[in-house]
Amino acid sequence: MTQTILLRSLCALALMCSQAVGSQEAASPAPLPPDPAPAFPELKPVFDQFGGKPGLKLLMDDFMVRLLADARMHTFFEKVEHDRVKRELAEQFCVILGGDCVYSGRDMVAAHEGFIITAADFNRLVEILQVSMDARDIPERAQNALIAKLAPMHREIITPD
Amino acid sequence: MRSITFATLLLASAFAQVAAAEDFGYSGKLLLTGGVSQIEGAGGGGLTPWALIGGYGTRDQIGGNAFYTRVNVDDYALDVYGLKVGFYDRLELSFARQSFDTRDVGAALGLGEGFDFEQDIYGAKLRVAGDAVYEQSSWLPQVALGILHKRNNRGAVIQAIGGEDDQGTDVYLSATKLFLGQSLLLNGTVRWTEANQIGILGFGGDRASGSLELEGSAAYLLDRNLVVGAEFRSKPDQLGIAGEDLWWDVFLAWAPNKHLAITLAYVDLGNVVIADNQRGAYLSMQVGF
Repeated sequence: MTQTILLRSLCALALMCSQAVGSQEAASPAPLPPDPAPAFPELKPVFDQFGGKPGLKLLMDDFMVRLLADARMHTFFEKVEHDRVKRELAEQFCVILGGDCVYSGRDMVAAHEGFIITAADFNRLVEILQVSMDARDIPERAQNALIAKLAPMHREIITPD
Repeated sequence: MRSITFATLLLASAFAQVAAAEDFGYSGKLLLTGGVSQIEGAGGGGLTPWALIGGYGTRDQIGGNAFYTRVNVDDYALDVYGLKVGFYDRLELSFARQSFDTRDVGAALGLGEGFDFEQDIYGAKLRVAGDAVYEQSSWLPQVALGILHKRNNRGAVIQAIGGEDDQGTDVYLSATKLFLGQSLLLNGTVRWTEANQIGILGFGGDRASGSLELEGSAAYLLDRNLVVGAEFRSKPDQLGIAGEDLWWDVFLAWAPNKHLAITLAYVDLGNVVIADNQRGAYLSMQVGF
């Protein structure tokens, strides 16, 4: 008996949580996609750990080579203008990490339009970025600080079911 | 026998679905974001289930793993093996078999040296809200509701020591959050349980029958492959002749890739039946996808 009551209240609680999350998402009208390059001035030390603007440029050179060499990522990047994408990614990361840059690319919805992107694709890109950051000797904590700011963009990047 | 059939079916269905899936060969979740296998077979830390769904399957994929765990404390040993399947990062089904070796204590109690208790545990866990990994701009954790149905094979002994039943079901609610910017993972679990020593000594007792218990884990990501952390788990104290204590551990989990994870821990199980201060080593190996 106690067990049934407890089970019911847990279920009710879980339902409330999921509704709370659902209604929060539904409540924001969001006609405009979120800022693709929000600035976090407090991450300036992380920007320095990335080696500033030159460091980000070198990171993108490495990253694009690895993306094109990856079976899963190749299809997404083979037909894009590599220099433009590398420049825009460097700008985006620079702004996010509190660097003195301007992001010249599109928002994350527009930038990924026309691609079918799964959660596995999104994560694969993160994994390759991690390999590139390792190759540039960027410390784990600094890597995670950047990825934490990129992760919420999954909403705009991953194709909805 | 039934448990083996269940386990085989579970694994066969997982493999069939994986083989049918487009993403064969690549499991998309990030390293260690499915947790490891806790002592009752659920995805989690060592002692405590987490809200994460086990295995490396994303919302479009199936993941799964098999594990073996040995806990070696001063007067006892616990062996656990099992498997779990994570469906679409939403539902986790698990099976575990525990074997608890009483060694010399068994002889002292007149049960016979090396007398062992066996327990089968069927688990299900449903992610009900949030995403511990992606939602880095929000404080909301990933929340999951789980059950662990346990069947012990030593009904007569359990009755003799004051236990009420040889089977029982735990219900738990877990909240897990990865604070990636801080390289920190936190988990809290509230569990309703009637189990004595997680069910190894049966369910219910002469002193009480069922209570809400609290469990917690904190883990620090040393790097992508290596996590260090600590956990505690409060437990009921229902048997007059066999008091029990809170469990805690400190652990190191290492995943060189998505197919292997090894967890080493130092555990303190407190008093177990007539033996105090049961401390020792915990070693767990998990293979999967």
